[in-house]
Amino acid sequence: MSFETPDDRRYLESHEWALETDGVVRVGISDFAQDELGDVVFVELPDEGDDVTQEAAFGVVESIKAVSDLYAPVSGEVVAINDDLFDAPERVNDDPFGDGWMLEIDPDDESELEDLLTADEYEDQIA
Amino acid sequence: MPLQTPPLRGLHDERGAKFTEFGGWDMPVEFDSIREEHVAVREAAGIFDVSHMGEIHVTGPDATTLLQRLTSNDVTQLEVGDSQYATITDEEGIIVDDTIVYRLPDEDGEATYLFVPNAGNDEAMHERWVDHRNEWDLEATVDNRTDEYAMFAVQGPEAADLVGDAAEESILDLRRFQARYVTIDGVECWAARTGYTGEDGFEFIVPWGEAETVWSAFDCQPCGLGARDTLRIEAGYLLAGQDFDYESDPRTPYEAGLGFTVKLDTEFVGRDALEQVREEGVEEKLVGFRLIDRGVPRHGYDITNTDGLVVGSVTSGTMSPTLEASIGMGYVPVEYAEPGTTLQVVVRGQSKKARVETTPFVDTV
Repeated sequence: MSFETPDDRRYLESHEWALETDGVVRVGISDFAQDELGDVVFVELPDEGDDVTQEAAFGVVESIKAVSDLYAPVSGEVVAINDDLFDAPERVNDDPFGDGWMLEIDPDDESELEDLLTADEYEDQIA
Repeated sequence: MPLQTPPLRGLHDERGAKFTEFGGWDMPVEFDSIREEHVAVREAAGIFDVSHMGEIHVTGPDATTLLQRLTSNDVTQLEVGDSQYATITDEEGIIVDDTIVYRLPDEDGEATYLFVPNAGNDEAMHERWVDHRNEWDLEATVDNRTDEYAMFAVQGPEAADLVGDAAEESILDLRRFQARYVTIDGVECWAARTGYTGEDGFEFIVPWGEAETVWSAFDCQPCGLGARDTLRIEAGYLLAGQDFDYESDPRTPYEAGLGFTVKLDTEFVGRDALEQVREEGVEEKLVGFRLIDRGVPRHGYDITNTDGLVVGSVTSGTMSPTLEASIGMGYVPVEYAEPGTTLQVVVRGQSKKARVETTPFVDTV
């Protein structure tokens, strides 16, 4: 089975993606991760205004069969969360890189993105 | 120890299944999606590979006596082609395993049985039967045939149509818990109107080498252990090793809500202890509950009363695909067991409100 890994964004080894647009970093989980989890039934996210820390857990995604922590790709302040996921968590399965996004971070230091895996490096990891 | 593999592991792998370890077996957990598989079984039909289940064959002049003394139900009620659910208890009345006992056609003029212990328990149950046979000086042959049979379940409202079409002999006259030998594409298998989903359906015990022929005879959604678990929780069925566990969560059939399998007018290991339990009453009971707050209950999570005092723990829980609600089971003191009682389940440090409910959670056959 092959998985999408769009190369417009960076990845964490723990399967989150980070997409920077106009100084804001959007975060979600990869196609591979949603497939491994199976049917997502519950997402727990921080509140807007909360601070998150790079590589620290910021929330939880639960599928029918598993519970998995979510890790922040960069440190900063949460400026938006995708609260549509509370009623429609299946969006994480249906569109992990689009409608299934989870939160947006105003990063303390954008250069932290350089610490993350490129799409090619992430593809090698999940191969 | 290497995992045991079901005969069709390769076929399932080609079909794209994901696998998990269960009871020492490498079993398909998901073919497409747990939700899709679950819905197929509730609305149409699905087929499960449950070849991890044990099969132990017992025959001989004292076969009936041996089974009567080692299971809590009354095997003397079984005619050929009947089956019954039973628990296997120790001297203290603690559940060691649960099982279905089938009465097969007589062999060499003797009553003959096949019982199905849980995955990974077949060797221990075989040993238990042999030891007691020897101790009691009974004449019976006990044969562990787990490696000789695959086992499949075809379940769902359309299962009867599929099975009726596939079997050469008539089969739809079987009532629930009845069984007979039928032929599927030339393969003789033992077919029983039993299951673990809450739906109508059949289970087939199939010669290991003929497994693919029988599996392929049913054109319906293949389902893994993931959907099997969500379906059985909705139906309020217990899972050995999780809703009771001989080592980590020892329970009597009365605590587990399995009192209907206990026939105190028969003689069996654990009978006297269970008679006392029944007279004195239980202190804790397995209850079903539904979460009112958002969250998913999981095995091992604490159950508290509304004051936050821990009163029990979750044995099984899931997001129910049918109800789109979080449901679960767990043992609580009897004063909290009444349907409608408000309790809390602690999910990652947060108390989520829950309400005790009668099981099954969904309508079952």
